[in-house]
Amino acid sequence: MIQTEGLKFAYPGSPEVLRGIDLEINDGEFVAIMGENGAGKTTLVKTFNGLLMPSSGRVKVDGTDTHDSSVAKLSRDVGLVFQNPDHQLFSETVREELAFSLRNFGYEEDTIDRRVASILETLDLTRYAQSSPFVLSGGERKRVALAAVLVWNPKHIILDEPTIGQDYQQKDRLRNFIVQLSAQGKTVIIISHDVEFVAECKPRIILLSRGLVIGDRPAEDILTDEALLDRASLTRPQIGALMHQLRNYGLPERTIDVYSAEQAILNALGRKE
Amino acid sequence: MSLKVFDGFKFAKLPTPIHNMDPRAKFIMTMGIFAAALMFQNIYALIIIFLIQLPIVYASRSWRKWAGSMRAGLLLAVLIFVMNFVFGSTFVFSAAMTLRFVTLMSTFSLFFMTTSPDDLGLALEQTHVPYTLSFTFTTSVRLVPTMALDAQTVIDAQRSRGLELDRGNFMKRIRNYIPILIPLIVSAIRRSIELAEALESRGFGASPNRQPLIVLRMKATDYLVVTLTILMVTLAVYVYFYVPLPILDIPIKMPKIFPWF
Repeated sequence: MIQTEGLKFAYPGSPEVLRGIDLEINDGEFVAIMGENGAGKTTLVKTFNGLLMPSSGRVKVDGTDTHDSSVAKLSRDVGLVFQNPDHQLFSETVREELAFSLRNFGYEEDTIDRRVASILETLDLTRYAQSSPFVLSGGERKRVALAAVLVWNPKHIILDEPTIGQDYQQKDRLRNFIVQLSAQGKTVIIISHDVEFVAECKPRIILLSRGLVIGDRPAEDILTDEALLDRASLTRPQIGALMHQLRNYGLPERTIDVYSAEQAILNALGRKE
Repeated sequence: MSLKVFDGFKFAKLPTPIHNMDPRAKFIMTMGIFAAALMFQNIYALIIIFLIQLPIVYASRSWRKWAGSMRAGLLLAVLIFVMNFVFGSTFVFSAAMTLRFVTLMSTFSLFFMTTSPDDLGLALEQTHVPYTLSFTFTTSVRLVPTMALDAQTVIDAQRSRGLELDRGNFMKRIRNYIPILIPLIVSAIRRSIELAEALESRGFGASPNRQPLIVLRMKATDYLVVTLTILMVTLAVYVYFYVPLPILDIPIKMPKIFPWF
């Protein structure tokens, strides 16, 4: 479980970015952190693996206060995939890139080989194993960066803007993969501005604005609350907007994903027939 | 790893005589101090050159930032001292080389703290440096804080993958920086290519004759600073060749660990 109590944080010489955050994210939960630019989303998740220490308040990961641990120790349980893959790729081959963190964590070479092969397969990267990560496309590099964290099988996985630079099919694959991770009991936390992606995933949404949590409810509640979305500079997903327009025809307004909308429309048509 | 060293090179506009000086005069003053610091290995001379800067720092009202950059460079200064001392230099010579480094860092920090990249670009242009070169130079200066932010993000990303920068012996610690440097260099190259393409797409270099909006003019104080700098360098050259400086003799020296040095 990841807990924050009265979490405040300010970068040196700057006003507070996080202004008192109280959260509990349970093991195996699927959470999306959303909010306007500069709301403090990335800063918040950087406190989960100890990269940033609270100015006041505290962060606990599985009961351990981050103050009493190190980034290296916390990272074994909290895998953080950064937004820009170019900020972490450096090895000559994709295989070596994936082995890097395992070597840091002291795994044996045969375990490293096994784990790397498995994650390459899972993320459809096997054919790039011997390629330089720098010659891959933006979307492929993003997948390598994701694989480079998933390879050590952390208990809690945080993805910062995972859909940026991904085409629609890759987004679909990513969504299925995230759902699988969640089904395996992993805590999955995504930071995203992509309301369409989040609407299809339907996680719990933590909505931040100016360093405060302004909403913490299921996706259907948050992504249909006009006032909250306005405060966080977000808009309804397209399906949500359509169902909002059709609310006077007896269709449920709190519908945000394609599948639920399809069911609702079929039901309505059935009633008419 | 602290990237605060870059703060000491960040410009902030303040209404002080040093900030208001002509950038060309300031550059000549900086180069004068730079040349004098490189000329001497004598610790007394280097102390005097270092002290010359203090009133300038005071007049620029940038004590805090200057002190911050000095603190940030402390590790490198200690490294220079230790390396010199370990490889057979005397205590005094090692201290002198460290002081030379601190003086050079201080003088460049002061220059960049008090000169805006725009002024710097104007100065280069109006001293007939080709515009593409002056633009490249000022853009590099402008990108230093951005690169510092990138470096911090890269460090965070690699620490999140279990990299411990301060783990291992000296050589291991140096190797630990490879995963930091490569992404930083690659992203700098990518950024520069994107910037070049963006500039060309917006007509950079389309007109060979540029007409500057602001024309720099040296004031009396600027001429005074240039004159004083020339006098200082002339005096330094004279002292270097004709005045025997007192020698501080502290007979502390490491026993030779590496006989081939």
